[in-house]
Amino acid sequence: MPTRVLVPSGVLGLGFDRAALARGVAMAPDIIAIDGGSTDSGPFSLGAGQSKYARAATMAEWRDLMAARAALGVPLVIGTAGTCGTDATVDWMHDITAEIAAETGARLRVARLYCSQPAARVAAALAAGRITPLTPAPAISAEALAAMTNIVALAGAEQMQAALATGADIVIAGRMTDTATIAALPLLRGENAGACWHGAKIAECGALCSTNPTSGVIVVDFDTTGFTVEAMAESALCTPHSVSAHMLYENTDPYILHEPGGHLDVTQARYTAPDARRVRVEGSVWVPGGYTVKLEGARVAGYQTTIIAVLRDAHYAAHARDWVARLTGYLEGAIGRQMGLAPGSYSLDFRLIGVDAALGVLENRAGSPVEVGVLGIITAPSQALASEIGKLINPFVLHYPLTDGEELPTFAFPYSPATTDRGALYAFALNHVMALDDPMAAFRLTVTEVGA
Amino acid sequence: MTTLGERVVKVRSKNAGPFWVTIDIFCGDAATFADITTRLDTATVARLFATPLQLVRRFDIADLHVIKLSLPRPVVQGAADDRDMHGAQWAHLLSEMAL
Repeated sequence: MPTRVLVPSGVLGLGFDRAALARGVAMAPDIIAIDGGSTDSGPFSLGAGQSKYARAATMAEWRDLMAARAALGVPLVIGTAGTCGTDATVDWMHDITAEIAAETGARLRVARLYCSQPAARVAAALAAGRITPLTPAPAISAEALAAMTNIVALAGAEQMQAALATGADIVIAGRMTDTATIAALPLLRGENAGACWHGAKIAECGALCSTNPTSGVIVVDFDTTGFTVEAMAESALCTPHSVSAHMLYENTDPYILHEPGGHLDVTQARYTAPDARRVRVEGSVWVPGGYTVKLEGARVAGYQTTIIAVLRDAHYAAHARDWVARLTGYLEGAIGRQMGLAPGSYSLDFRLIGVDAALGVLENRAGSPVEVGVLGIITAPSQALASEIGKLINPFVLHYPLTDGEELPTFAFPYSPATTDRGALYAFALNHVMALDDPMAAFRLTVTEVGA
Repeated sequence: MTTLGERVVKVRSKNAGPFWVTIDIFCGDAATFADITTRLDTATVARLFATPLQLVRRFDIADLHVIKLSLPRPVVQGAADDRDMHGAQWAHLLSEMAL
């Protein structure tokens, strides 16, 4: 008995085609599975424990998915709720779910899978030799772990299966691998394991594996020999090329995918087209291994204040690099004299937009920009200090001359005040795996009822 | 002088997690793929990204006419000195490279 999984889009909050969702619902899937996050936008979400998507957008889409679930009477599951999948964002997603349930008058059983890790647990595993660094990995210690604002472990299929086994209508999971959310049910029902993981990888970005990537909705049928994938938007076609090319996406290795409990090998996978809309894949292999879960962590790496000036004067635009070098030298002196700060105790980084702001030292082209944007980024141990440095440098970023003795220039500031406090700068602080004897040892499951 | 970007359909780069970047060169057809795979020197790519050659992973994928290169990010994503949170601009360094 094949297992049919409906994937509404690559991530909740980014939107999907409502007509395509209706087509997907009409195909009577066994489960609706969607991902809620990624590290793609950087360390802020994990560091702060906040969703990067608007609550309103998340709620509007979740309401549609809850309605689809109610129509079908099948589980609705989300992995990595609230972008980073911390306990706080799982609860944020639970609050949204409870609000919608109250609106619609539904009574629902909701399972929450918590994936946040107390630093002490990870430190104990480190001391026991059960933490292995991946390449490249930041150095860690018990102190470094204790200083992290959030640590999560990426759950696999087993933890989602445990959540489904509670009989929940809705599962809100913290950090999971993108694939496990989708692979859990077909694996539980005994479908081909290689196909489950491979199909989940193909489906995890929604219709990105089709010819119309933004349409969102796809349906995957898993069975005991392979999987078949179809996009639900009329305009979206899955072709052997579009599907197999998706293994390239955000993967270092296009053939091997590591998951808790083993790895997927698609070297021998065969992609065929039963018709113009669908792709059939067989020959993917699941290779069982030790049970490890990947860890993600973030720490505060300082506080920032930024300033932007635009150099439109042709002479300054042409000599922006020299100007910044001279300005930086002057400012380091002034900050040292007036604030008593040595250059190593804070950082002052000027990026020249129009020159090399994107690539930095790797940039190998030079041009003649009409104007140059100067983005100054101050990073200091506290926000108060970063703000103070911002105020100190402000008049010089506005007026500093390229040469001695010339009339003071005045550059363009786009707004007042010219400085902006950015708050904490978070840094990814873990690229490690943790060995577990029992998949649930590092995860918690709670079940509650919400609604009328 | 011909650049890689002029010869192929597309060169894209993207984070593969916070610590790696992966670059896909879509050659478009078998003849271009065969030509580019022989002319693209992995050591040149490593130099372009100031990365040790032994850390650059290369996959020549004939079925897709794609050459894939993965390397540790020149700067960890989101670090104070990171300039490109999603890592998509590094593709242009490779695309503009003379063949």
